[in-house]
Amino acid sequence: MFENLLVQGLSGLASASSLFLVASGLTVIFGVTRIVNFAHGSLYMMGAYLSWTLVTALPRGHLGFWGGVLVAALIVGVIGVLIEVLLLRRIYKAPELFQLLGTFGVVLIVQDVALMIWGPQDLLGPRAPGLRGAVEILGVRFPLYELFLIAVGPVVLGLLWLLFHRTRWGTTVRAATADREMVGALGVNQRMLFTTVFFLGSVLAGLGGALQLPRESVNLQMDLAIIAEAFVVVVIGGLGSLPGAFLAALLLGQLQAFGILIFPKITLVLAFLVMAVVLVVRPHGLLGRPPASAHAAHVVEPPYPPATPLVRYLGFAALALAVLVPPFMGEFALIVFTEIAIMVLFAASLHFIMGPGGMASFGHAAYFGLGAYGAALLAKHFAAPMELGLFAAPLMAGFAGVVFGWFCVRLSGVYAAMLTLAFAQIAWSTAFQWVEVTGGDNGILGVWPSAWAQPKLVYYYLALVLCVGVTLLLRRAIFAPFGYALRAGRDSPLRAEAIGMDGFRIRWVAFIFAAIAAGVAGGLFAYAKGSVFPTYMAIPRSVDALLMVLLGGVQTVSGPIVGALAYTWIHEQLMRSFDLWRLFLGSVIVALVLFFPQGLVGAAQRLTERRK
Amino acid sequence: MLEVEGLHAHYGRAHILQGVTLAARQGEVVALLGRNGAGKSTTMKSIMGMVRPSQGQVRFEGRDLAGREPFEIARAGIGYVPEERRIFTELTVMENLDVGRRPPRPGQQAWTEERVFALFPSLGAMRARPGGRMSGGEQQMLTIGRTLMGNPRLILLDEPSEGLAPVIIERMADAILALKRDGLTVLLSEQNLHFARLVSDRACVLEKGQIRWEGTLEALMADEAVKQQYLVA
Ligand SMILES: Nc1ncnc2c1ncn2[C@@H]1O[C@H](COP(=O)(O)OP(=O)(O)OP(=O)(O)O)[C@@H](O)[C@H]1O
Ligand SMILES: [Mg+2]
Repeated sequence: MFENLLVQGLSGLASASSLFLVASGLTVIFGVTRIVNFAHGSLYMMGAYLSWTLVTALPRGHLGFWGGVLVAALIVGVIGVLIEVLLLRRIYKAPELFQLLGTFGVVLIVQDVALMIWGPQDLLGPRAPGLRGAVEILGVRFPLYELFLIAVGPVVLGLLWLLFHRTRWGTTVRAATADREMVGALGVNQRMLFTTVFFLGSVLAGLGGALQLPRESVNLQMDLAIIAEAFVVVVIGGLGSLPGAFLAALLLGQLQAFGILIFPKITLVLAFLVMAVVLVVRPHGLLGRPPASAHAAHVVEPPYPPATPLVRYLGFAALALAVLVPPFMGEFALIVFTEIAIMVLFAASLHFIMGPGGMASFGHAAYFGLGAYGAALLAKHFAAPMELGLFAAPLMAGFAGVVFGWFCVRLSGVYAAMLTLAFAQIAWSTAFQWVEVTGGDNGILGVWPSAWAQPKLVYYYLALVLCVGVTLLLRRAIFAPFGYALRAGRDSPLRAEAIGMDGFRIRWVAFIFAAIAAGVAGGLFAYAKGSVFPTYMAIPRSVDALLMVLLGGVQTVSGPIVGALAYTWIHEQLMRSFDLWRLFLGSVIVALVLFFPQGLVGAAQRLTERRK
Repeated sequence: MLEVEGLHAHYGRAHILQGVTLAARQGEVVALLGRNGAGKSTTMKSIMGMVRPSQGQVRFEGRDLAGREPFEIARAGIGYVPEERRIFTELTVMENLDVGRRPPRPGQQAWTEERVFALFPSLGAMRARPGGRMSGGEQQMLTIGRTLMGNPRLILLDEPSEGLAPVIIERMADAILALKRDGLTVLLSEQNLHFARLVSDRACVLEKGQIRWEGTLEALMADEAVKQQYLVA
């Protein structure tokens, strides 16, 4: 018994090491550049793939293996520098969400590039020369390579400590982490500093990936799997804190090692619980500090103009088209129209917390997906009819909104974005791992509408009525006193509190509203498709919602509607005509972030304003 | 050495600097005076490139620096000592000074830690102390020392006397006079007339983003009308 615990603890330490390598790079990059690099997981994956290529190509033996691992890490460093110079350098001043989104574009691009180069199958690497065997610890055999990994973590931490405390470059980096503008005024070229920091962080990620080679197969899911964990580690440890990342990696490694013994299905849920507790007790993580934003100029968003006659006219025209045209359309077009109606509501629900609420959510798909699962689970286990399912969907999503929202609305900026992402990952992994109930990867099939709603046209009208209705309700709330209070809390939290508004409560309620609305969309989606899958809650779907909102423009009320229309259409076209749609979509995202930070509607408004 | 001409700056839509024109000759200490919110700090940040001027010129030793980035302006030889001091609180005194270090210009005696400690002896006694655990006066000395480590030819000192005890203020004045003797040019923003008089050769009075008056400190002290109009709160 004790021996087993020891072995579990040791494997936990070994996983902690690789996690720390990745998280340390992420946290160092964030500390200086204030960018949360979603593509960090992609760098890790690149490290694994590149080392596979190098190690299998090079002659066997120590030089071939270790040389391959190191060279792979260095190449990843160069790739990181390219990403920094070509993309990030141009968006350092953009809102956090745009940065997160831009780097997510890179994730998509890297996925397709990796698919093109290495193919879809899992790749197995050779084992490390000299570390192939196992040692006996209290009579249990334990792989040598795992012992080696256990040592890597503290060694890298020590080297990084020396680098940051015993070199001038390191001192400058620490200074820039505290106040990068001041460092610039002292004559330090921030660009060079950022690029070198990015190189270091990328090398660490690449090394983390390369060192996984003897442990597990290399595949295309590595990037998002590790980034979610790395986010959790960095948030628990405190953004920008290396020792914090180390502590948190140890904690998470142990949690997962022992969690497997206790709750084999829900190891991620444990990690999340710890994160939630840490964030409530210490909102900036174990060893983190509140960000030094005192010097950043705060820009107050302009108020929403009420709809101009033109916009109103366009809105009515669109609605009239949506009502009048479908009877003359074929089945396929009806399916697309239904989906668009649902996506409009999904986007509007996210916009509700992002625009007026000023809260970034990177995991809004959780509520959409929970709505879908709420309906599907009732249908599967209790043979519930559609009417009941559509009622359960917003309930389930709203309940999650109550719980998750209570945590998320306490935080702001990237912390909130990462926490929402983590919650979505939890929801996703629960759906994915709890096979008995959710069917796991196979999803739940046979979620059909009631007989009266079976015809595609009828179902379309049902979806249209519900989606337009709820979207209008959300709009009403934006212009009601509640919406004003929400925006007041966003623009000047201190003043809002001073006049007696409970900002926390208002944001919480907004979060719950948004979750409920997303749940309605999710429920409708489930019956439209006849099935639900864990992907409904996966990161890409959260990003879909973000893209719709950002494409339309956060600071306009009609933005999410235009964004949903444009995005669903583009997406449909892409999926149909391109195999490499990720590559294409990723490039579109990057372009959007670089050239249209105001979104389509925002850009149109700018244009009309300039004409005046 | 420094000629600022017709400098305009905005924060968002607020038009803060509305054509500031001023100059400092080599080795001169010029005081920039004005009430709270007159735009003194903004003038300095605009010279430094930390606020991007929307119009105007900043000529330094013959080069126009307007629109350049702060690090380039620092490397051209302008040092900036911010009003909020902005010490790196996690870093020790020695490390703070190290971040400021830049190669000396030809013919200049390079600043070293020891030279900073000679100017501010109390800093020498706390080399390993983190910046966050120093008094306001010590932080003020450190922030000046950190800027000097960059071997500037001109320094912008934003309200160095703010919040300091009278004894420390006097020591600060001595230090500035010592820097002046070494040939350093200083542009000093102040609200404390008494302090400005101790160290400055000339004064420029700023009000609502424009220079309204210029002259010697003696002339200013004698001119009650100007004092009333632009300086007394
Ligand atoms: N980051 C900022 N964003 C918006 N407005 C600002 C900002 N910083 C300063 N201002 C405004 O610009 C004006 C000039 O400010 P500035 O700090 O230059 O004045 P100052 O003369 O240095 O005053 P003080 O004596 O208080 O330091 C003030 O009205 C101030 O409110
Ligand atoms: Mg000031």
